[in-house]
Amino acid sequence: MVSRGQLAWIAWAAVGVMISVTLAGCGGGGAASTNEILIGHYGSMTGSEATFGVSTDNGIKLAVKERNAAGGVKGKQIKLKTYDDQGKAQEAVTVVTRLIQQDKAAAILGEVASSRSLAGGPVCQRLGVPMISPSSTNPDVTAIGDMVSRVCFIDPFQGYVGAKFAFENLKLKKGAVLFNRAQAYSSGLKDNFNEAFKKLGGEVVEEQAYGDGDNDFSAQLTAIREKDPEFIYIPGYYTEVVNIAQQARARDIKVPLIGGDGWDSDKLANAKDALQGCYFSNHYSHQDTRPEVQEFVKKYQAEYGAVPDGLAALGYDSARLLFDAMDRAASLSGKDLAKAINETKDFAGVTGKISMDENRNARKDAVILEVKDGVPSFVTSIAPE
Amino acid sequence: MTQLLQTLVDGLTVGSLYALIALGYTMVYGILRFINFAHSDIFALGTHMTITIAAVLGVKAADAAVPAWYIGPAVLVLSMLSCGALGFVIERLAYRPLRNAPRLNVLITAIGVSLFLQNVGQLPMFFGPYPRAIPKLTPDVVLGTLADVNFRLVDAAVIGTAVMLMLALQYLVHSTRLGLAMRAVSFSHRNAALMGINVDRVISITFVIGSMLAAAAGFLYAVRYEGQAKQTADAMWVMLGLKAFVAAVVGGIGNLRGAMLGGLIIGLIEFFGVGYLSSNYRDAYVFAILIVVLLFKPEGILGRATMEKV
Repeated sequence: MVSRGQLAWIAWAAVGVMISVTLAGCGGGGAASTNEILIGHYGSMTGSEATFGVSTDNGIKLAVKERNAAGGVKGKQIKLKTYDDQGKAQEAVTVVTRLIQQDKAAAILGEVASSRSLAGGPVCQRLGVPMISPSSTNPDVTAIGDMVSRVCFIDPFQGYVGAKFAFENLKLKKGAVLFNRAQAYSSGLKDNFNEAFKKLGGEVVEEQAYGDGDNDFSAQLTAIREKDPEFIYIPGYYTEVVNIAQQARARDIKVPLIGGDGWDSDKLANAKDALQGCYFSNHYSHQDTRPEVQEFVKKYQAEYGAVPDGLAALGYDSARLLFDAMDRAASLSGKDLAKAINETKDFAGVTGKISMDENRNARKDAVILEVKDGVPSFVTSIAPE
Repeated sequence: MTQLLQTLVDGLTVGSLYALIALGYTMVYGILRFINFAHSDIFALGTHMTITIAAVLGVKAADAAVPAWYIGPAVLVLSMLSCGALGFVIERLAYRPLRNAPRLNVLITAIGVSLFLQNVGQLPMFFGPYPRAIPKLTPDVVLGTLADVNFRLVDAAVIGTAVMLMLALQYLVHSTRLGLAMRAVSFSHRNAALMGINVDRVISITFVIGSMLAAAAGFLYAVRYEGQAKQTADAMWVMLGLKAFVAAVVGGIGNLRGAMLGGLIIGLIEFFGVGYLSSNYRDAYVFAILIVVLLFKPEGILGRATMEKV
């Protein structure tokens, strides 16, 4: 038998062993070996917005695989490490810090949601590691600093695209807006849309908001119905759009719903009747006949057995643009790499030609997709003003 | 007029959901004097069980056809039974060993159980970490139209089921020997035990009934919100649970009728606030009411009027 005193000592010894093992784990497992370059990706691999993270990660993985098959970058193989932030901003800060400080990633790719890029970006800026956001469209994201850039267009343009399509193509003059007040993406895009739509001569007759945890939109929809709009602009994520559409149709609101790239998910099929004939602006269409697009769609389908959505295409582009910048950079230090990324000119991406402007944003065309039987199909493309 | 009527219908429907969940909080509080934080997770599991059981019975989310009329009630009963069993196990394993521990320990355990259920529910072998599509369980029938407002079968089913369950509970508590035992235990564990009541069994049954009501609310949630249900660890379940808890406090915690009344009040205030004031402060309306009630009548609206506590 061991006495109480002995037991306490054994317990302390066990704690000591655990601490030393943990410390050893940090030191040994962290740094990438010399013939590998580690890049990190953080995204919502699980949670409500899981298709965002999973699609992006698939796109990035495809790009890494191709590049490694072609010999890697500067003679070294690329190693990708993906962490799940569960769709939570505070989790994004944790995993980005871990990727940089523990895993010693040379560059970071992520996030899709602007709210989470706004959480992870400052960490990259402070620690001096470049971050490329594949698809965060809120303007504030790249305003974080010179370490943060993106390969997609920004919301002032996307709001303009939505307004122009509704006003000129659909000839609708009276719109209502339903947005997520808790998300940088949604409330920013709402402002941009309102501004553009009024400038074109349209009228926003009602503006209603919802929050992150909301699942019931009937009160907002009832208020919107009172004003009898010709369409409802919903700059939200597919998670809510699916339920909003169901509830709108149950309240006899038959007008088209129009949204932004946050709609892009195969989960739209969960409300395929309710979303029939609705539109959203996006970064690319898999039906685009450009050879870059068709080649990418073919490779992606061979790899994953699914049609790539816009987020997969942007993930693919962000990784390839990063490798291109690594080729051009004098060294892989954060400063040199960021400089090379920010100097990118006319990079031929799947989602269009990417040139970084002085604010590290890409300037590209947007496409309008129509939901048909739950699947988005190409309608038209709209160029920057 | 249209908006008024529509808001009224929506507020009552959602309010009766809150009431069903609030009953579980209030019953456990009445008997054990602690807030069962895991209750909102039972509600979330109720929704997910509904989807799973419906799939087992052959109703898939992708189906356009409405299933036979008896499928809905069958799914309701099965998901209530499974969540009731879960409630029994939780009480037996997590709360009973702490029967004589300080109340704070039980409270912290409840938070632990809540996190456990949220995250285990997310495992791929259970419900997975993704939103799941909810199948159609009731036909899209419009019962009547008044001032441009459609009264749909779905709303009637939600309100009707909730009212029926609440009446059944009322009967159970006030007109059966078991109910008498529950009321006795809520007054004093020791005295009830001296009168020959098996206190542990009564507490077990209380948990099972509370969990069954939460499961019923979960089922009704799935009926009302066809579309998709978020994964069990999503914050929305906690928020819905929190509003139901506010309903229980507003009505007078520990009081059954108070929980029903509180649920309806919270539902109506939330919907009229969003519809007529601003949708920016949705949750704020609910919690503002809580503050007002706690300031002026801390025991809740029906807290003292009726002395019976369950």
